[in-house]
Amino acid sequence: MNRFLLPLGGFALLVVVLVVGLVHAPEKDIIPSPLVGKSAPQFSLPNLFTDQKAVSSDAFRGRWSLVNVWGTWCEECRAEQSTLLLIKQQGQVPIIGIDWKDNDADAMNWLSQLGNPFERIGEDHDGRVAIDWGVYGAPESFLISPTGVVVYKHIGALTPEVWQQEFLPRIAATPSAVTGPAAAGGA
Amino acid sequence: MRPVALRLARLLLVLIVLGAVRPAGAVDNVPPLHDPVLQQRYLALTHEMRCMQCQNESLADSPVSLAADMRGEVHDLLLQGKTDQQVRDYMVARYSEFILFRPPMNWRNAWLWGAPSALMIVGALVAWRVLLDRRRMVDSDDSELPDETRHL
Repeated sequence: MNRFLLPLGGFALLVVVLVVGLVHAPEKDIIPSPLVGKSAPQFSLPNLFTDQKAVSSDAFRGRWSLVNVWGTWCEECRAEQSTLLLIKQQGQVPIIGIDWKDNDADAMNWLSQLGNPFERIGEDHDGRVAIDWGVYGAPESFLISPTGVVVYKHIGALTPEVWQQEFLPRIAATPSAVTGPAAAGGA
Repeated sequence: MRPVALRLARLLLVLIVLGAVRPAGAVDNVPPLHDPVLQQRYLALTHEMRCMQCQNESLADSPVSLAADMRGEVHDLLLQGKTDQQVRDYMVARYSEFILFRPPMNWRNAWLWGAPSALMIVGALVAWRVLLDRRRMVDSDDSELPDETRHL
């Protein structure tokens, strides 16, 4: 009996390790962001609409916002566009776009073809702001609280389901005490 | 005349092969640092950090544009006088420990660092027991072995 117990135990342990590995395999490409729970990185980028003022982290103050990193070269971003338009339609959370390593003319073209879900769009031509945000694959979306804290990050295209299951509950869960009086207008 | 032509052809072939191999190491479009010490640190750092898009390549070896931008960031941080550890911390703060090929030794990674030693000890114990059993078997069987084998 004892002779088989040890190898069997070893085998069971191996099975457990392999099953855990298999279950987590689909998340292999998703690296949790260390920014979650911390203040959103400060930035200032030229506005895609050159007649408007620069897009900066001031945009987060006193309201919930969604930062979406995209680019016209990114196929998944095209698929995501309908969800972003839906979020815009709901009117609850403004979307601040960071157009990552893109060409302004291409971006304008894209918006006129697919619609513009963004409240404002910053042009990150050299990709430095994206690095500061720990971006490694567009599209990426960050939920920013009224105090400017990164509450959640989603990697890959947003879907209505993800928005409903991951984003909206987090917005609802934060008591108004945290958002402070400044949030009264925005929230 | 013939052998010379052959040798030339062979040289050409070698050059072509070398030419085909070289660009992989020469993807870096970040201008080199003038200070050779800084350049050395730049190379070391970009080799020990992972490209986040093609996760088994280092920043130094990856042809992806994000890797080039991140090399640019390392380049600039070094020029600003940051230490190697500050550059690592900067990247880890944004991309998590995952960016380091060599995971830091801390409590969260203890199992990772400890597992090989633990497995070694378990393996040694098992081997020791097996050997002990075998010796006991040989000892008890010794008298019954045929003559030829005993002399081996």
